[in-house]
Amino acid sequence: MAERYQTIVCGAGPAGLAAAIAAAAAGARIALLDAQPHAGGQIWRPSVRYRLPARARGMLARALNNGRIEFRPGTRVVAAGDGEMLVESATGGARLRYESLVIATGARELYLPFRGWTLPGVTGAGGLQALAKQGWPIAGKRVVVAGTGPLLLAAAATLRRHGARVLAVIEQAAPVAIRRFLTAVPGWPRHALEALALRARLGSVPYRCGEYVAAAHGTIALEAAEVHGREGPYRIECDHLAVGYGLVPNIELALLLGCRVDAARSAVRVVTDDSMSTSVPGVFAAGEVRGVAGCAAALIEGEIAGYAAAGAARPVARLARRRARARRFAALIEGCFALDERVRHLADTDTILCRCEDVPLGAVQGHPDARSAKLATRCGMGACQGRVCGAALAEILGFAPDRARIPLFPVALSSLVDPFTADTAEPPP
Amino acid sequence: MSGVVRAEIDGRAIEVPAGASVAAAVARVTAVFRSSVSGTPRGPLCGMGVCFECRVTIDGVPDRRACMELVRDGMRVRTRG
Amino acid sequence: MKTFDLIVVGAGIVGAACADAAAAEKLRIAVVEADIVGGGATAAAMGHLVALDDDPAELALARYSLTLWEELRELPAAQFDRCGTLWLARSDEEFAAIEAKIERLRRVSIGAEAIAGSELNRLEPALAPGLRGGLLVASDAVVYAPNVARFLIERARGRGAEILLRRRAVALDDDGVLLEDRTHLAGPVLLATGCALPDLLPMLPLRPRKGHLVMTGRCPGFIRHQLLELGYTESARGAAASSVAFNVQPRRTGQILIGSSREFGSVGREVSLPTVHRMLARALEYLPGLRTLEVLRAWSGLRPTSLDGRPYLGAVPDRRQVWVAAGHEGLGITTALGSARVVVDLLLGRGCAIDPAPFAPARALS
Repeated sequence: MAERYQTIVCGAGPAGLAAAIAAAAAGARIALLDAQPHAGGQIWRPSVRYRLPARARGMLARALNNGRIEFRPGTRVVAAGDGEMLVESATGGARLRYESLVIATGARELYLPFRGWTLPGVTGAGGLQALAKQGWPIAGKRVVVAGTGPLLLAAAATLRRHGARVLAVIEQAAPVAIRRFLTAVPGWPRHALEALALRARLGSVPYRCGEYVAAAHGTIALEAAEVHGREGPYRIECDHLAVGYGLVPNIELALLLGCRVDAARSAVRVVTDDSMSTSVPGVFAAGEVRGVAGCAAALIEGEIAGYAAAGAARPVARLARRRARARRFAALIEGCFALDERVRHLADTDTILCRCEDVPLGAVQGHPDARSAKLATRCGMGACQGRVCGAALAEILGFAPDRARIPLFPVALSSLVDPFTADTAEPPP
Repeated sequence: MSGVVRAEIDGRAIEVPAGASVAAAVARVTAVFRSSVSGTPRGPLCGMGVCFECRVTIDGVPDRRACMELVRDGMRVRTRG
Repeated sequence: MKTFDLIVVGAGIVGAACADAAAAEKLRIAVVEADIVGGGATAAAMGHLVALDDDPAELALARYSLTLWEELRELPAAQFDRCGTLWLARSDEEFAAIEAKIERLRRVSIGAEAIAGSELNRLEPALAPGLRGGLLVASDAVVYAPNVARFLIERARGRGAEILLRRRAVALDDDGVLLEDRTHLAGPVLLATGCALPDLLPMLPLRPRKGHLVMTGRCPGFIRHQLLELGYTESARGAAASSVAFNVQPRRTGQILIGSSREFGSVGREVSLPTVHRMLARALEYLPGLRTLEVLRAWSGLRPTSLDGRPYLGAVPDRRQVWVAAGHEGLGITTALGSARVVVDLLLGRGCAIDPAPFAPARALS
């Protein structure tokens, strides 16, 4: 017994919200799914301390108060194909049928292992931002933000808003690259204003370019970060080290469905045409999953995908121009914040690479690909299903991602049985 | 966001703002959520349900990702730190 | 141009065992593998070392091979775990057949003990109530076959074997074998290619029989033995287009590996949810507590299945210097070591430890 929708939108961040609203406007009956307990994705994650910006509140209200859109939070896609998907939520497994699908699954952070990175207190940069918004007791705590990209500044600003003492932002991109970025950014006035606003919020926080965190120190939990500075190594005592080296699109659902993807190290992305159609008929993709390009691009692409998924022909030329501008900004970021080779080699042979199975980097070196490494060392066999270590291996050793398999997320065994039981007449034992 | 929610973390009574996650509640008691397969201390890495390092037992059910669940009044959480 | 004493095609557990056995006889060998060592059915398999007693020839081969497996039990990479097999009877009929099984196993010196229904839950507290009884074969074990395959290949390499990985054999000729990159290797050829056998030797009937497995999260102590329903043998030997049979295994990590399914006619490696459902529903009848466990991974594998389920071991008639060790269905891990010795003995013109006639490739050609 399956519930039927015309369009299922996977992911309720900006791209998914825009897609759901557009598809509903075209008359379709929509299910909008998100694994998180809230809508908004990462960038519009609700905070326990302050309200979301008006634009975010507006989109959320439009999507969640729409009679054609059924929002299902806390719902992860376990399997999908041939017009049917198996999802799981707190109430168990359920089968949903769809005529079209929009993949708006966003992106996660890229974690590059370094000595001490498994200590409690070391998180992603977006990771600590997410934790702060969900009420983590960050007020008064000493935080070092590190890694690369404009996300570091956004994370630092959010952390300060939640009362954290941000001691420094450590950016691996060289000063010349940052200057190039700042020179070009006025070409995108909205982004320039955002940059200025962030700069103001972070006034006194040192922004150290051309530096990177080489190690985390502590016994049971983090006590200090060791930085490879431009003038030599130095330590910062801190309670939190929030390190992120960029974003990795969540392409697993698209891979499972057989969609064509591009891959350059960890920068994987789903390939679509200008109407956001993937290589699989009836399956569309929008937002960060198509390649990291920020909120503006996600909103536009979501709108295009939503209309396309509902089978409505809309004039996309206006949208296409704005999308191209947004993607050009993304290309600028990608160029200026490209990874210094040294941050790919922060781990030594003893450093844990696969956190789920405690596999050190040394065990994995020498294998030709991710699958061979997995079979020999258990790297990637754990609960995260290779999401954390896989992206690191792609970046460090150039391994191509292993094929996606079901279940896409760990799932209760009962959820693989109960939703199918009504269908079958099991022969008596 | 208004109101507080009360939960018990490793036997200790904790108050968090409504809408806070179990991870946020646990952090008020300990930085160590669990042990890895070879016994090293672990806490959340990603904050968004990808890394599985924040798993705790919630109301008797093991291996729940603390960052993906909101605190409900009367919830009992055990870490394995 | 170099001539080898033997070219082994395929470096799964069977090919690796053949390479190791041949190198131990000081033969100059090459091993050709299209992908990685132990990456095919070997990687998908449960790694269960089990004596199936229904076919006397298979039982003899298994017995011989199990003795050889004992020599590897201390190898750390093998992760040898003597958890034993507990066969389960649901009906009076299944229970009544146990005595005959004990006798057949006893005749090949494998100890087995009947377990009354009332005792089952002492051995396995998680079992559903009401099972009629069981059969415990305490000597059965589990190994991690991909690592053993790599060990055997490395041991062969240490004795001078040339190992060619990620090189595909595409055709046999009178002098040896031709690879995809136009390299030619000269010498007698031993095909241990599993399901790929028809690509090189279409004359021997071999079909892939797809199976599914599901791996749970960690729950140490949930079960202690490999658990199998007595109906498993019928699923394995029968010709049904598709069937499931209860078969679960405790892993050393504390995870549970759940099987089994068999179907002909599906060669894709994608996991079939309806099949997984049938398999898990069957498992819940024996272990209801599985419901609350988490499933982390699911995968499928292809069992190379000959015309009668027994492997082809020996010389291929009407071909010059072509040998085969393939078609092991669900017993590839168990019988790999014995199969390798049988084929190498035949190659060297020596007597074999067991009667090789039931495995002769010629039986498929008349």
